[in-house]
Amino acid sequence: MASTGAGYDLSPTTFSNDGRIFQVEYATKAVENSGTTIGIRCSDGVVLGVEKLLTSKMLLKSSNRRVATLDAHCGLVLCGLAADGRQIVGRARDECSNYDEVYGDKIPPRVLAARLADYVHYFTIHGALRPFGTASMIAGYDPCTKTHELYAVEPSGVCLRYFGCALGKGRQSAKSEIEKLDLSTLTCKDALREIAKMIHTVHDESKDKPFALEMAWLTKDTGFEFALVPDDLVQEAEAWAKAKLEEDDDDDDDDDDAEMTPAPPTDAASPS
Amino acid sequence: MAVAYSGGVIMGADSRVSTGTYVANRVSDKVTAIHDKIYLCRSGSAADTQAVSDYVRHYLGAHAIECGRPPLVKTAANLCKRICYANKDRLLASVIVAGVDPYEGGSVYVIPLGGTCAKVPFAIGGSGSTYIYGHVDHVYRPDMTKAECVDFVKTAVERAMARDGSSGGIIRLVDISAEGVQRDFVVVN
Repeated sequence: MASTGAGYDLSPTTFSNDGRIFQVEYATKAVENSGTTIGIRCSDGVVLGVEKLLTSKMLLKSSNRRVATLDAHCGLVLCGLAADGRQIVGRARDECSNYDEVYGDKIPPRVLAARLADYVHYFTIHGALRPFGTASMIAGYDPCTKTHELYAVEPSGVCLRYFGCALGKGRQSAKSEIEKLDLSTLTCKDALREIAKMIHTVHDESKDKPFALEMAWLTKDTGFEFALVPDDLVQEAEAWAKAKLEEDDDDDDDDDDAEMTPAPPTDAASPS
Repeated sequence: MAVAYSGGVIMGADSRVSTGTYVANRVSDKVTAIHDKIYLCRSGSAADTQAVSDYVRHYLGAHAIECGRPPLVKTAANLCKRICYANKDRLLASVIVAGVDPYEGGSVYVIPLGGTCAKVPFAIGGSGSTYIYGHVDHVYRPDMTKAECVDFVKTAVERAMARDGSSGGIIRLVDISAEGVQRDFVVVN
């Protein structure tokens, strides 16, 4: 423990000299290394999409779901450690049914997200516990105010409401793509395609493991009930995204051909 | 008793509290507030119903703060039901929960002795109510105006007070609507 700060990363109950809690930051890292996860609040509902990385070719594509239904009117998508996420899903379902039992009505998404954040936060203030390596995005419909909302709960216990949100590996470019969309007029059907395109863009086929695109939504058309997006719609969105990307690629190639001679070696300095 | 009209509710009750044959209070208030615009008509044991309404007021207040908005009348009724049902062997409490919320307007819920909870267009309860079932069923119409509802409650409670020995005193009236709450009382000779 020679340098300052060393040794302060063993427990979430100890601050470092400059006021950080390293265990929580490491947990956030687990989320940042996970498959890209996108949530968009559209004019007529909320759409969630996730790049579910498949560890083996023999895996059933529908196994190890990253989206979960919590109640008829809300659901979430996980980003980070899947096993930690199941704990969050279990707690979220308990909160939904408990609220209904006590107050006789569906839990407002804002309350659900806040309660879930309280739960996650608890794991950052006890020495015997490890923070969750999982962030979640909650899509919910409030039957009282007739509004649909999107929230994200981070491993630190922070809970924020979003119009559009991205987590995981490709979050930076996904966020800048979401910012280009007009979310006040975008419909869920269009958002499916946009999300598919974003995830296919950030996914590097040569480097990354193969993935399954998992999408769930909560729209006016489905009576604001949270559900997995039907397979044919996902496939249609993916086909559209791939075609669009290829189109863009071709355009780029044309530009390249016009102005370029053989590509100069970019990493000549690197030893091989 | 309580009646819902378009946009609000009218609640009414007599004012007699008796211990055996002795009238302990002739001007009591059995229409109790549990939130800004949700009230409770209490009947049965005064001690029990006061205790229940105190709990419900506490939980409902905490709930309104958590949600950051006015609670539903349905939620108030559900909290009441949970307490009445869980302690049914120990309580003598039957209540009517009524009021307004911004989402469903005026609504009335009745919670009789066993702890059932039902949404109704109007409700009567307490010892005097048995005398006026025929009267209220005969007179009640859906879509009555506010003035008609006030009159309906007034005459029904008056009839019950005249027949029932355990009811009497004055008629307390509460009008709850989105605009606010107005209290009134009628002295019957």
